[in-house]
Amino acid sequence: MTSRRVFAAALFAGALAALVPGSARAQGQLTVYCSVQEEWCRPMMAAFERATGIRVAMTRKSSGETLTQIRAEATNPRGDVWWGGTGDPHMQAAEENLTVEYRSPRLSELHDWAVRQAQQANFRTVGIYAGALGYSYNVPELQRRRIEAPRCWADLTKPEFRGEVQVADPNTSGTAYTLLATIVQLMGEEPAFTYLKALHRNVNQYTRSGAAPARAAATGETLVGITFLHDAVTQKVNGAPVELVGPCEGTGYEIGSMSIIRGARNLDNAKRFVDWALSPEAQAIGAEAKAYQLPSNRNAPIPPQAPRFEAIKLIDYDFARWGSAAERNRLLARWDREVRAAAR
Amino acid sequence: MGALSLARAALVCAALGLLIPPWYGPDSGFTTWPAGEAAPLVLLLARGEAWWLWPLPLILLACAPALLGRRAEGRMLVACGAAAIAWVFLQGWAIGLPGTVWSIAAPFVGADATQPALGWGATALLTGAAGLLAAGLAARGRFGGDAFVAFLVTGSAALLILFVFAPLLTILSAAAIEDGKIAPGALVGRFAAPEAWSLACVTGSLGCGVVWNTLALATLTGVLSTLLGLAFALLAARAKLHLGGAFRALAILPLITPPFVVSLSLIVLFGRTGMVTEALSALLGIPRSRWIYGLPGVLLAQLLAFTPIAYLLLEGAVRQIAPSLEEAASTMGARRFTVFRTVTWPLLRPGLAAAFLLGFVESLSDFGNPLVLGGDFDVLATRIFFAIAGARHDPGRAAALALLLLGLTLGAFALQTAWLGRRRYVTVTGKGDAGVPTPLPRGLAIACGAVAFPWMAFTAIVYAIIMLGAFVHDIGRGDMTFTWRHYVTAFEVEWFQGLVFRGAAWDSLFTTIEVAAISAPLTAGLGILLAWLLARQSFPGRRTLEFMAMLSFAIPGTVVGVSYIMAFNVPPLELTGTGLILVICFVFRNLPVGVRGGIAALAQIDRSLDEASATMGGGAVATLRRVILPLLRPAIIAALAYSFVHAMTAVSAVIFLVSARHNLATVYIVGRVEAGEIALAIAYSSVLILIMLAVVLGIDKLVGRAQIGRRAPAGAMQPAPVPVTA
Repeated sequence: MTSRRVFAAALFAGALAALVPGSARAQGQLTVYCSVQEEWCRPMMAAFERATGIRVAMTRKSSGETLTQIRAEATNPRGDVWWGGTGDPHMQAAEENLTVEYRSPRLSELHDWAVRQAQQANFRTVGIYAGALGYSYNVPELQRRRIEAPRCWADLTKPEFRGEVQVADPNTSGTAYTLLATIVQLMGEEPAFTYLKALHRNVNQYTRSGAAPARAAATGETLVGITFLHDAVTQKVNGAPVELVGPCEGTGYEIGSMSIIRGARNLDNAKRFVDWALSPEAQAIGAEAKAYQLPSNRNAPIPPQAPRFEAIKLIDYDFARWGSAAERNRLLARWDREVRAAAR
Repeated sequence: MGALSLARAALVCAALGLLIPPWYGPDSGFTTWPAGEAAPLVLLLARGEAWWLWPLPLILLACAPALLGRRAEGRMLVACGAAAIAWVFLQGWAIGLPGTVWSIAAPFVGADATQPALGWGATALLTGAAGLLAAGLAARGRFGGDAFVAFLVTGSAALLILFVFAPLLTILSAAAIEDGKIAPGALVGRFAAPEAWSLACVTGSLGCGVVWNTLALATLTGVLSTLLGLAFALLAARAKLHLGGAFRALAILPLITPPFVVSLSLIVLFGRTGMVTEALSALLGIPRSRWIYGLPGVLLAQLLAFTPIAYLLLEGAVRQIAPSLEEAASTMGARRFTVFRTVTWPLLRPGLAAAFLLGFVESLSDFGNPLVLGGDFDVLATRIFFAIAGARHDPGRAAALALLLLGLTLGAFALQTAWLGRRRYVTVTGKGDAGVPTPLPRGLAIACGAVAFPWMAFTAIVYAIIMLGAFVHDIGRGDMTFTWRHYVTAFEVEWFQGLVFRGAAWDSLFTTIEVAAISAPLTAGLGILLAWLLARQSFPGRRTLEFMAMLSFAIPGTVVGVSYIMAFNVPPLELTGTGLILVICFVFRNLPVGVRGGIAALAQIDRSLDEASATMGGGAVATLRRVILPLLRPAIIAALAYSFVHAMTAVSAVIFLVSARHNLATVYIVGRVEAGEIALAIAYSSVLILIMLAVVLGIDKLVGRAQIGRRAPAGAMQPAPVPVTA
């Protein structure tokens, strides 16, 4: 009896000790904050573990949440690499000096847009994929209502789409902020807010997560969902009856990025990870995980389902300006005041 | 236990803390021990580092000689213990990780002295210091001179201050700080913000402030869940129906369901392309709408989750009404309905108030359902979350909203106390009562049945959808082909040089079970000890201790989560990112249940047993171990089961506290829902439900009857079974 109790106590103490930070931390560790979907995060980390033998601890959180966490941990960072997620928060982190400069030897293999963004961030972040903004609509729902298929941003403010458009809240989602910044760059600020107010009347719900409207359009919960097009492709590949639209006026895009966190405890491993993540092999994993973004390495295979940039009219997105915290807060405050608070 | 032996043990503990474990809690853990950054304090001091810690060994040395003699000098022990505790915390706050925090200390230690957070060495020293303090108090005659009681009171008070009170103070101060400065103007502005109080929905088509939204939702949930629960309770206790099993299943299922799972099922049923919506539209031509997203949907989900708790509470209340009163009324010629209206109903009031309060408070703190079904309808819990985790990070605003939420909860408790405090509802007296409960008036029975049975069927359908959704391709889109795919994604196992858990859910599942299994015995143990202190010992400050122990019942989980990340993110107490903070969070969240259960059980054990033990020369320890604890076994097991289940289903507090290495199942599922992977979320939830069902049924077998939710048999007045949100 006594020995059993001692054993139980020891087991309990051991279990408790296992919860304490790093009590069993081996050499060759890396902590990655992952901001793309779970299905992509996991095989990426597993592949890196297999390629290098470095053990990865990964948390998946949205890019906004991750930025918050990195800020909160700034005096005592716990993460090493922040991989994935739309570029703006990465730019913001670079601006706030939360991430460190690193020029990977693979920079020369990247597409121009990726290199340009890295330069704008003083090489504190680097692009790993790109995706264009757009929307998807549910075909049976559209036919049932006998509405003409939309092709442009302007179509979405038509009265027949009243209560039928879904988009995320730019306060919580980087996708929706990209929409805000895109419309402003496309139309100029005053006409942009007129447009957004008109759109607001047709929006049935501002979701919290950026990709949620694609899912809602796929199930028919909404007629139109504004998201990055690759999110809609994922739904379409899964068999949902949706059509994708790259709006005729032109559209913005995101550069999914990757940064090394300032004060990373495993800096060398973090650099190894960055080099590896820019390689064509690592960038091919996305397509297997049903992520249909455009990889940043010129040699990486482009998934056949991915929306081609050639087919979409892209604007010359100024990441440095619209990614800065000051512009962002100003735009968001104005959106809150003039659009969100307006009557439907 | 004598004061002297406690003091000696405490001194040994403190000395070991100085000599052996690492003083600081570096991230490298024990790997470099005993050298490097994991060195114990003596080595640090010998190397000439952290010289501001020299007073600690000196304090211990000062009280050592007296303890080697035969007398415990009370005054000196109190001084030593208090000084050591004070010094550890003062230097910890003064010198932090980024450098000297308090400018007052800069002239002495330099501006750039740094130190990481406290580790196990410091923990042992603090425990020892608390022991010295307690021994000193006991030697001076406090706590009846019993050193064991003194130690328990000091220790639990210290823990409660540290993990319940201090975080609350932190959040209060965070609400008043803007740009690093104290700004009362900002505090007022945040409290009075239109986002909280706007009344625009009355005058126009805009949304109202979150406070009004929250209040409206909570009131509706409270009233409706009480009425539904009452219908079930009256049927169960007073109608001649043999439905005990079905009722109990209905009552237990929501207790072991992660709170937002119900919402998923509601979307599948009533979403714009939901099954019921499609059917209605096809058969009756009712236009398909999005009514479920917003107040109606959240209300429905909360009713499904909280009605069973109201039922459990009210069933107890109905059964406790002494039938002789009703018999007396009917003997005097009153008709059955008159009896019900004039006797039964008034006597049910405390039960009704308790059930309403519970539904109200649970709705206030519910986070999962508004997150999934809220649409544009925001409540405080979700608004707080996005103030912290959204793109515009604003902890001050989150803190202010959290305080508003806390204010609403405490206000509800205060109202209840004020309303019930002045009346007496005792019907169970010492005299025997052999009456037979009057059956329900016919009309009332029909009305109850008309409400209760459809609701039961509805609940059954909702759960059937959950179980079904896990096995089909995509229930949200109506793709009903059978598949194991979701289980494979979540729980895949591979044989690759040993067993490899490849599935996406394994990590969080293991952590969840581990955290729940560790926190449950700690909760039960601390809760029962506290109950024993509060019920059987008298000491100054007993009421205060009770208030502190019960306080966390009234704090919504979201508030706890926010306050924990604010309070424990920086040295000297740095716990964020560890699994320990999850354990601590669960222990102090669920503590009130253990305490209440313990007090209720102790009330049934006559004091003469304690006195007999004391007469025979048994001290407090012996009495507790030999007499009380064996008699409290059912209460202990109930507390264990409750805290285990609750630790597995909680979301709102821990969503702020999880980290890369320590993720929890519920938080993982919320993430899946956010990403629209409803099927995976449902599959994982069904596994969680099965695990908890196994645990609950196992305990049921062990003690003969599941005690979950029945922890307040002493009267319906007590804060009752705390259900699954948090």
